[in-house]
Amino acid sequence: MNIEKKASEGQMIEFIDVHKWFGEFHVLQGINLSVDRQERIVICGPSGSGKSTLIRCINRLEEHQRGRIVVDGIELTNNIKNIEKIRAEVGMVFQHFNLFPHLTIVQNLSLGPIWVRKVPKKEAEETAMYYLEKVHIAEQARKFPGQLSGGQQQRVAIARSLCMNPKVMLFDEPTSALDPEMIKEVLDVMIELAQEGMTMIVVTHEMGFAKSVAHRVLFMDFGKIVEGNTPEEFFEHPQHERTKLFLSQILH
Amino acid sequence: MKQVVQAGEIRPPITHIGVIGWVKNNLFNGVFNSILTVVTLFLLWKVVPPFFRWAFIDSAWHTTSQACREAAGACWSIISMNYRFILFGFYPYEQHWRPFLAMMILFGLLFYSRDRSHWKKPLAYGWIIGLFTMGLLMKGGILGLPSVESTQWGGLPLTLLLAVFGLTAAYPLGVILALGRRSRMPGVKILCILYIEMIRGVPLISLLFMSSIIFPLFLPEGVTFNKILRAQVAIILFTAAYIAEVVRGGLQGMSRGQYEAAESIGLNYYLTMRLVILPQALKIVIPPTVSILISAFKDTSLVVIIALFDLLKTTQSVLSNPEWMGFSREAYVFVAILYFLGCFSMSNYSRKLEKELSRGD
Repeated sequence: MNIEKKASEGQMIEFIDVHKWFGEFHVLQGINLSVDRQERIVICGPSGSGKSTLIRCINRLEEHQRGRIVVDGIELTNNIKNIEKIRAEVGMVFQHFNLFPHLTIVQNLSLGPIWVRKVPKKEAEETAMYYLEKVHIAEQARKFPGQLSGGQQQRVAIARSLCMNPKVMLFDEPTSALDPEMIKEVLDVMIELAQEGMTMIVVTHEMGFAKSVAHRVLFMDFGKIVEGNTPEEFFEHPQHERTKLFLSQILH
Repeated sequence: MKQVVQAGEIRPPITHIGVIGWVKNNLFNGVFNSILTVVTLFLLWKVVPPFFRWAFIDSAWHTTSQACREAAGACWSIISMNYRFILFGFYPYEQHWRPFLAMMILFGLLFYSRDRSHWKKPLAYGWIIGLFTMGLLMKGGILGLPSVESTQWGGLPLTLLLAVFGLTAAYPLGVILALGRRSRMPGVKILCILYIEMIRGVPLISLLFMSSIIFPLFLPEGVTFNKILRAQVAIILFTAAYIAEVVRGGLQGMSRGQYEAAESIGLNYYLTMRLVILPQALKIVIPPTVSILISAFKDTSLVVIIALFDLLKTTQSVLSNPEWMGFSREAYVFVAILYFLGCFSMSNYSRKLEKELSRGD
């Protein structure tokens, strides 16, 4: 499989023959994947193919049952200290934003730095404002999440992850719950992030985004990575029948 | 499309129609409602003026019981002549200023704590010092204050003591039990379930009996525990089990996304619960929690069965005095007003709190 790059130094994430079951359902069936630093990967595939589960394994929101996952040199095991360390280094953006509704925007952003990184409150809030500027939403800092539109909330969620100064950002269908007119504002923020060299793994069906920022596009089906390639190759010359079928269905 | 364009020109239907319109629409809209209105007005007219007459016009306010018996209305003298005993029970008469001062400190602290912006470190120290002072005032024995044994404590201070300590200790215990019941550690989980189900399976009265009669049987000869303390523990344990179940309901209402978001920024279990989950879950369950707290407050009156002289019991004692026998209506109305003030301020405060906390929704 051409997705398996030669192991090199400074790999950010490595999956070695990872399996996972939900009860009887074999959701990940021997995943091998390695992600370089500053590499940007887009994962697509039909629903139930295991793509969300795959990235949720990276910060142990899901537990894998066989194989190894190494993130930034630390292997994911039951060691809770390691897990917390990795979670602090790995940012995650969810489909449904998952902002904390009882906190203001700036409190949402500074919570992690203050309690996990032990940054003084004032400094954490300054950092929060910096990242809010970055996602073009600083004027909403004192509002509560419920007062913001979906697109704004998702940008806040991205800023919340960035405040932890992560080494990798994971995006789990970040635009799927948005109204169509708000998708662009979120994608624009993600593109800016990509241009700054963030390591990103994005589960999405936004093929335009994949074409413009991804180094590699992976197609998953039935718990396996069916194929992976540069965006040009992937879209122009898909190798597998299932990939062709999938692409024909989403690229009308 | 046309409708959209014209939307600005359509006025909303008129809803304000004045007093007469309101009366017509709400009280006399239809035969049945009109009859109901007339009947209700008639009943009010039959009940309210006579009550007013009994309570305020024909009543005796500060007289002997003899004068009271000649008066046609309410005998509030039973309160005004006996209020010291009703409020403080068998606490030595000359020392009544001590429980009174203790209660004032308590009210002061409660009043100051109403405002959430005051919930800072100094307030916590204030409470610690306040509680210590209150204990000192009640107990005495130093600083020239004569010692007063807790067996002599009674009346309103006892009720407030049982209630305030009972509620403030039961709430955190209940939260811990709720978290324990949802724990992934089987031992913790089973212990919490056993505790909650066993406590909920028995009436408070039986717990109080157990604490006062059965529990001492297991103690070695000569060892005794303070009776008030035992009743207090029973109330705490009992209330905590109910709070635990309410809080568990709130925890179940939290979406998995909130846990995941908290975990994904590296918060551990304790911080996730403290900063993200509990603030939201406890807010959702404010109304049922306050119901439990209110009923726990009233349940403190059950300590009469183990012969503690709480507010209700001291009132009954006055009624058993031949001089004041037969004025139970007035006495109970008075006690009811005191309980109502306590319960109503709790429920009022909870509404205020809910409103403040719902800014984010």
